[in-house]
Amino acid sequence: MQNIAPDIEAITGTKVATGIRRVRIIRQLTLIIPSIVLFLLVITAIFADLSWLGLPDVRLAPYDPVKTSMPERFLPPFWAAEGSTAHLLGTDNLGRDILSRVIFGARVSLSVSLLVILITSSIGTVLGIIAGYLGGRTDNTLMRVTDISLSFPAILIAILLAASIGPGYWTVVLALSILGWAPYARLIRGEALKLREEDFVAQARIIGASPIRTMVKHIFPNIINPLIIMMTLSVGMVILTEAALSYLGAGIPPPNPSWGAMVNDGRNFIDTAWWISLFPGVAIGLVVLSGNFLGDWLRDTMDPRLRQL
Amino acid sequence: MADILLEGRDLKKYYPVTKGILQRTVGWVRAVDGVSFTIERGKTLSLVGESGAGKTTVAKQILLLEQLTSGTILFEGKDVYKFTKSQLKTEYRPRVQSVQQNPWSSMNPRMRVRDIVAEPLVVNTKHSKEQIQSRVQELLKQVGLAPNHTDYYPHEFSGGQRQRIAVARALALNPSLVVLDEPVSALDVSIRAQIMNLLKDLQEQYNLSYLVIAHNLATVRFMSHSVAIMYLGQIVEYGEAEEVFSQPLHPYTRALMSASILKLPEDEDQKITPIILSGEMPSPLNPPPGCRFHTRCAEAIDICSKEEPELRVIGKHQVRCHIYDDASVQSALSSGLHPGTEGRPQQP
Amino acid sequence: MSDVILQVEDLHTSFFTRAGEVKAVDGISFYVNEGETFGLVGESACGKTVTGLSILRLLPEPAGRIVGGKIILDGTNLMELSKKEMRGIRGKKISMILQDPMTSLNPVYTVGDQIAESVRLHQGLPDDMVELEVISALRLLGIPAPESRLHDYPFQMSGGMRQRVVGSIAMSCRPRLLIADEPTTALDATIQAQYLALFKDIQKQTDVAIIFITHDFGVVANICQRVAVMYAGKIMETAATSTIFKAPKHPYTVALINSVPRLDQKDDRLYSIEGQPPSLLNLPPGCRFAPRCPDAQDICHNQQPPEVEVGDGHTVSCWKVK
Repeated sequence: MQNIAPDIEAITGTKVATGIRRVRIIRQLTLIIPSIVLFLLVITAIFADLSWLGLPDVRLAPYDPVKTSMPERFLPPFWAAEGSTAHLLGTDNLGRDILSRVIFGARVSLSVSLLVILITSSIGTVLGIIAGYLGGRTDNTLMRVTDISLSFPAILIAILLAASIGPGYWTVVLALSILGWAPYARLIRGEALKLREEDFVAQARIIGASPIRTMVKHIFPNIINPLIIMMTLSVGMVILTEAALSYLGAGIPPPNPSWGAMVNDGRNFIDTAWWISLFPGVAIGLVVLSGNFLGDWLRDTMDPRLRQL
Repeated sequence: MADILLEGRDLKKYYPVTKGILQRTVGWVRAVDGVSFTIERGKTLSLVGESGAGKTTVAKQILLLEQLTSGTILFEGKDVYKFTKSQLKTEYRPRVQSVQQNPWSSMNPRMRVRDIVAEPLVVNTKHSKEQIQSRVQELLKQVGLAPNHTDYYPHEFSGGQRQRIAVARALALNPSLVVLDEPVSALDVSIRAQIMNLLKDLQEQYNLSYLVIAHNLATVRFMSHSVAIMYLGQIVEYGEAEEVFSQPLHPYTRALMSASILKLPEDEDQKITPIILSGEMPSPLNPPPGCRFHTRCAEAIDICSKEEPELRVIGKHQVRCHIYDDASVQSALSSGLHPGTEGRPQQP
Repeated sequence: MSDVILQVEDLHTSFFTRAGEVKAVDGISFYVNEGETFGLVGESACGKTVTGLSILRLLPEPAGRIVGGKIILDGTNLMELSKKEMRGIRGKKISMILQDPMTSLNPVYTVGDQIAESVRLHQGLPDDMVELEVISALRLLGIPAPESRLHDYPFQMSGGMRQRVVGSIAMSCRPRLLIADEPTTALDATIQAQYLALFKDIQKQTDVAIIFITHDFGVVANICQRVAVMYAGKIMETAATSTIFKAPKHPYTVALINSVPRLDQKDDRLYSIEGQPPSLLNLPPGCRFAPRCPDAQDICHNQQPPEVEVGDGHTVSCWKVK
């Protein structure tokens, strides 16, 4: 059926309200809430402790995350029968405070995913635009390389890297970046291919613009939408991959807390000490959801077509 | 002697059709098959035809967006394909600009209007930002837009306004030739007239040459000095606009005119038989033998299905049609007698 | 040909957007006789397409809604029917053809299947009879060798052929009223001529009434017996086609007819109307056309003119006409 909503949108320069008032309010909330959540998470990550400012004893986290305490093992969250307010979210199998570990884990998980996403999206976008716009042999070569990267199992590469240069923070970042650019390259190449056929790109050629100028000024700004979506969807994937790596011993080595590693730590105690896996899992879920909602909002604001007249 | 700005000689564009694992060429799509024309300085040539006729491909060849399979493009007497890359950048491209059909996709939706119109200047000149912006203001005023609109994005304008912006952009480098690909077909009827008047005014003001691609004969009549009718990759009739419109010779031209004439109810009394063609334009992959139009032509004779007609000069036109093979018909035409009046309103 | 098959009374259709209510159709009335072709002419955003969709109650809810008026088909007020009853009407009593045949046809089904779907939905015939109906519908639209075309997919056909298939689907259940929304705009001139001749033929054969929505006065002259000229959501003038061309009364009609470049005369300058249609969010208080009207007076800017009958079936909304 013909959809004339776009015509009305073109006439009025605004989006046609696709729901009743209640639904629209909920939509607004889906922007505000995730932004607040993410903001808080980032704050806790930064202020987990201030040792980086030279103040080792000023901490948001109540305890040192690696400090073990055997007598206090397996304490449940404070609202349960044997819980205590000394450990709000309980302790794990080594008596370490879950809350503190979740707070410190934010640093690791958020920074790893941010770094990896920035690196992979940059490499992938550049390669994708070049391949898609220039086509021909350049495209073929770049896509062969991309296909090869996509066919490598990421986990295997990560393990090999960890074995050769030793596990650690930067090993994880390298391991996830070394193959992670390939899906971006694929996606962006597809978008660039489509854009290449647009009239305004032909127009750029007619006025004498060089290929580089065309790629930077015309192609790139128009692939931002799918790029942002992919970036926000990657957040969850990176965190989860990092978790898998930690489980296999190729990730962030213990005792440093990362949410993924914590989830895996608690796997053996799921039926008895469920809180060890649950709280880091909830943290991961929050970040992923917030990232997605925020990505939608970002994409909408950055599109000039949706601006009000 | 006419001042010829651009000449196309025997332009051809064939696309190969490949099959099989080894990609053997099994055939050719003859999108443009031997098209020749001249565009005079300050005048308009219209290339008219329906979709599949090849007219857009010719326009793309002139704009160097498509490579010629064979043929020559002469710009001010010089072979464009012999230009060096830098010559093309300094001597050809700035002088040959374009206005495209679709005002919605011909501009980068993420660029502001002032940057869109400024871009040709940014790419081709070393002028300062202020110089460029003042030229942008000048151009926008010329096309009838308020200069305070420069901050907006294309989607904030109506279709007609966007076409004006496109015209402003095309004029930025003071071109000699503007290629207009169906410049008004995407616009509302009452806006079309505005844009066409504007284009005509600008032509007179700047002695611009236009190559107009169109499928609507009526739009073309207003603007053209000469017109070429294309069918399936070939020109079937070519001549001065007034000549062709008052005395269309080729059966296809007559059918096009019949389809485009505004048949008012009062004309019912004049008993005009409309010419309605049967079938559709065949695929350029497999053009009919002999004259390409013969399968739909009501006036086809025996030779039409066997031999391809040549483009022949008859009086002031050129026509590609066997009906005019007969020398006696040719001389009759050259002395001004009309061969038939089907499809045209009787002169009062 | 004197029975009225469709009566639209004071139709109001609006879209509710964040920026406010867009009054796409703001109080129009017209009627269509049995077996006649009625033209709805206007430029973009005048409301003609929305009118067509309103009659079929196919607006994108909840944003688009009919907010007032009556649509009476053969005595029944369509506004009073339930959704289920409306579905029984669509395709069977009223049918619609849209502008772009490529998006109207499902690329993964054969042409025969798509026509059959409509037949099956409304006629409940056994399978062998369905195929006969499909072939007959294809033949009605002038498609050669319909028995073999049944199994073609849309991509295997040319634009003109696809538009005929869309027509076949629309006519397969022999509706009483066909709404055609710019069906020939995307077609080449000579194909359009074929198609319009075909429409006239179909009308002769099936006595269907047609509402022809277009911006092209050439098409109107060719095929419509009566026509209404719309502008910014209102009807400016309604009359028989020959009257509209010979003696138009509304300045917009006059301007529109004059704006069409003529093949049979050479103009030095084309007649054009200054300015552009108003934003539907910000309509002028008086006559919608007043800001662009060469004959506008004070009252035109302040009050909307009433609809006045000036001749047999000829109505105009203009202060110049009393």
